[in-house]
Amino acid sequence: MKLPFAISLDIGSGRANHTGSWRVERPVYVDRLPPCNNACPAGENIQGWLYDAESGDYEAAWRKLVEENPLPGIMGRVCFHPCESACNRVQVDEAVGINAVERFLGDLALEKGWTLPKPGPDTGKRILVVGAGPAGLSATYHLRRLGHRVRLVDSASHLGGMMRYGIPAYRLPRAVLDAEIARIVAMGVDIQLDHVVHDVEQERHDGKFDAVFLAVGAQLGKRVDIPAGDSSRVIDAVKFLHQVADEDPPLLGRRVVIYGGGDTAFDTARTARRLGATDAVIVYRRNRERMGASGEEFEQALGEGVTVRWLSTIRKFDGDRILLEKMKLNGEGFPEPTGEFEELDADSLVLAVGQDTDLSLLDHAHDVTVRDGSVEVLDSMMASPSGIFAGGDAIPAQRTATVAVGHGKRAAHGIDNFVMGSDSVPKVRNRLASFEQLNTWYYADAPRTERPELERIRRQTNFEEVVGGLSEDNALFEARRCMSCGNCFECDNCFGVCPDNAVIKLGGNMRYEFDYDFCKGCGICVKECPCGAIEMVPERN
Amino acid sequence: MTSQDVHFYQVGSFAVGNRLLEQEERTVQAQVDRTNSIDSGHRACQGCGEALGARYALDAAMRATNGQIVAVNATGCLEVFSTPYPETSWRIPWLHSLFGNAPAVATGVAAALRAKGIEDVRVVAQAGDGGTVDIGFGCLSGMFERNDDVLFICYDNEGYMNTGVQRSAATPPAARTATTKAVGAEPGNTFGQGKDLPRIAMAHNIPYVATATVADLHDLERKVERAMEFHGARYLHVLVPCPLGWGSASNETIHIARLAKESGLFPVFEAEDGVVRSVSPIRRRVPVEEYLKLQRRFAHLFGPHPRLDVIARIQSMADANIERYGLVSPESLEESS
Repeated sequence: MKLPFAISLDIGSGRANHTGSWRVERPVYVDRLPPCNNACPAGENIQGWLYDAESGDYEAAWRKLVEENPLPGIMGRVCFHPCESACNRVQVDEAVGINAVERFLGDLALEKGWTLPKPGPDTGKRILVVGAGPAGLSATYHLRRLGHRVRLVDSASHLGGMMRYGIPAYRLPRAVLDAEIARIVAMGVDIQLDHVVHDVEQERHDGKFDAVFLAVGAQLGKRVDIPAGDSSRVIDAVKFLHQVADEDPPLLGRRVVIYGGGDTAFDTARTARRLGATDAVIVYRRNRERMGASGEEFEQALGEGVTVRWLSTIRKFDGDRILLEKMKLNGEGFPEPTGEFEELDADSLVLAVGQDTDLSLLDHAHDVTVRDGSVEVLDSMMASPSGIFAGGDAIPAQRTATVAVGHGKRAAHGIDNFVMGSDSVPKVRNRLASFEQLNTWYYADAPRTERPELERIRRQTNFEEVVGGLSEDNALFEARRCMSCGNCFECDNCFGVCPDNAVIKLGGNMRYEFDYDFCKGCGICVKECPCGAIEMVPERN
Repeated sequence: MTSQDVHFYQVGSFAVGNRLLEQEERTVQAQVDRTNSIDSGHRACQGCGEALGARYALDAAMRATNGQIVAVNATGCLEVFSTPYPETSWRIPWLHSLFGNAPAVATGVAAALRAKGIEDVRVVAQAGDGGTVDIGFGCLSGMFERNDDVLFICYDNEGYMNTGVQRSAATPPAARTATTKAVGAEPGNTFGQGKDLPRIAMAHNIPYVATATVADLHDLERKVERAMEFHGARYLHVLVPCPLGWGSASNETIHIARLAKESGLFPVFEAEDGVVRSVSPIRRRVPVEEYLKLQRRFAHLFGPHPRLDVIARIQSMADANIERYGLVSPESLEESS
C-alpha cells in the first residue's frame, strides 16, 4: 500500500482497543417486580398491560390482563386496588389510576365483543366447582383454559355470588356483571343453578368428579345479641342486600340504623337511602381510623347523606328507639363501654357485623380441617389430599372479590397439578422494584385523572352507577403515567448516554444488550435508567 | 368531564428516545444508524462527559448537514484520547494541528472549501475549555470578528484535565486543582470573573451563541441543528463534567451536569445577534451544595468544618445567574424566598 508522505503506518481504528478490559463492574439488564404487580391479589401483570395500553393497543392490553383475571370490567369497579396504594408514583405526584384504566379496558372489551382465550385441549378430567362467585368463576375460567371440564353449581338462581347478591348495582351494574360471566360460560361450562350441595363427598361420588373446588362464600350474616321488642324490625345485611338484588326489598321504614363499620355496612346504608330512607345512620364501635370500609366508599356514602355514629354500641332496640352506649378505645385500640347512653330514633335495624360460612357440606369430608369457621388450605389451595380445594371467603383471608379471583386461579393450577399428577413448579418472583431505583427526572409531571362521579342528587334515588368511566384520551393519559418500575420500556436512555457506544439497540421490542468489549463499567446507564432496569454487578475475574 | 389531548409520553421529553414518538421526533442519539462520530475504543476515562458531549454534538451536526462536515480539533483530552498514533476513533473527516490554533485552522478549511466552490460541506471546530478560553482565545476572537463560517464548540470541563488537572480560566471559584490547592484562608481557585466565553462571544455580535449540557440531549441537539441553519461564526458552549478532574463518581456525569443547570450555576440559554432569545428554565431548583458535594474538588468546603461562607458566595453566583437570565419564573421565586 502506498502511504502518504511522512506516514509510515496504516491508519488503524480505535476499535482495536478493547476498553472493556478496564471494567471492574459490569452493567446487566434486569426485570424487577413492580410494586403494583406485587400487591395485586389476583396476580395481574399490571405494569405489563399498562405498557400495551400506553401505545393504544387496548386489545393486547386486555388480553394480557385476562391471562390472570377474566373479570376486568367488574374489578375496575369493585376492586379496592391495593396496586394503587403500592404504586411508586405516589412519591412523585399521585398513584396511577390503575383501577380506572382496568375498567376502561373491561368496558371496551365488552363493547367490542372481544372473547376470552379458547379452552385448552380436553384432558377428560371433570371438576366440580361449588359456588359461582368470584372465586368459583375465576377457577372455572382457568380450569377450562387448562382443558378440564367443569360443572359449576350454585344455590342461587343466578351466577355471580356476592358480586350479585352483596354488591349493590350502583357500584356494579348488572349488565357488566352478566356480560363478563357470560363470556366465561361461553367457554363451555356445565351449570347447575338453584342447587344446594348438602354433602360434598356424596356429590363428588355421584358425579364422578376428579376434584372439587369449594367457593361457597360467607353467606350467613352474623347475629349479635341485642334485646329487641317483638315488634322490632331487625334484619341482617346479607339477607337485606340479597333481597334487594332479587328486586324484593324488605320495608325498612324511613329511619334505618346500620350496625357495623365494614363495606357491607356502607353498602347497606347507601342502598337504604336509595330505597327512600330519610335517615341512614351507621353505628360503629370504633373510630374512623379503625373502620373496615374503604375510604372511597366512606366518602361516597357521606356525599349521599349517610351519617355515622362513631364509638357507639347498640344496647337495646324497642321498635322505634335505639339505646346507644358510648365507647372509648383503650390502649390496645379495643372499644370499652363508658356508661354514657344516648337514644336514637329508628324504624329498623340492619346488622352488618360480619359474615360466617356455612360449611355443613363438609360434615362427611373427614380429612378437611375446619378451624374458626374457615377451611384450612395449603398454598395450592388444597384442603384435603383426596382432591378437595377451597378458596374465597371460605378460607382465612381478606374477604374481597379480588382476593377470591386470585384464589380461583391458584386453585385451578393446584387442581391441574393434582388431576394430571404433575409437580407444581414454583414461580420465580423477581426482586421488588423500589422507588429508590428509579430516576424520576425523566418522567413528565402529570397529576392523575379522576373519574367523574354521578351528581349526588341523582344517586340518592336510583341505582344508577355512581362512578363513571374514563374517556379514551384520559385512559391513555393515565396509562402513560405508569413509570414501568423495574421493567425496561425502551426509552433509549442507556443507548444514548453511554460515552463508549457500548450499548447495542436491538429494536422491535427486543430491548438492548451491552457490548462488553468496550463497556468501561462507568455506570451512567444504571444511574440514568428511569425505571431501574439495569444494575451493576462485580466482574468475577 | 373535560378531555385532554394526549401529548404526554410517559417519560415526557426528557429521555433519549421513546417508542411512542414518531421517528422524526426522536433524538439523533435514539437512532440505530446515528453516525457515532467518535467510536468505541477511545481512551477517555470511565464516564467521560467530553466523549459523550462530542458524540452528541457531532452526530447532530452530521444529521443537520446530511453527513457533510469537517471537524477541526484543538489539542486537549478529546484529541489525545481519540487519536493515539496510528489509531483513530473518528468516523468523520477530522484534523488536528496545535493547541491554540484550532479556530484559525477551521477558518482555513472553510476558506479552502469556498475557494474550491464546495458549498455543502460545513466546518465544525472543537476544543476543551483550555483550548478555547486560554490558549486559543486570540484565534477564536479573530474568527468571531471576521465572522468566518465555522461552528466552534467548546467542551467545558473547567480545567486542563489530560495534563493533570491544572486550573484554566474556566475553573470555578474554590475548586481544587493541581495548581490551586485546597490550602490557606481561601482554598482552591480564587473568586473572580473568570472568562465567561458565551458572553464574550455574544459581545462579538456573531449570529448564534448557545450553552448546553450533556444532561439535556434534546436541547443540545436542537441547538446544534439551529446553529447549522446560520452561516458565519457560531459558538456553542457545552458543560461536560470530568470524573477525574472533578473527583466525581463515573456514573454521576449526567446527574452532575443536570445539577449545575438546576442550581443556576450553569445557565443554559441561546442568543442570536448578541441578544439572548431563550433560556432553559430551572425545573427542580436545588441549592448549590447539592451540586458541590458530589465533587471532591469542593470537598474542603464540607466535612467537620464546613466553609459556609464560601458556599454562600457560590450560591450568590447561582442566584445572580438566575436573576440575569430569568431562569426561574417570578412566582416560584417568591415561593422559595
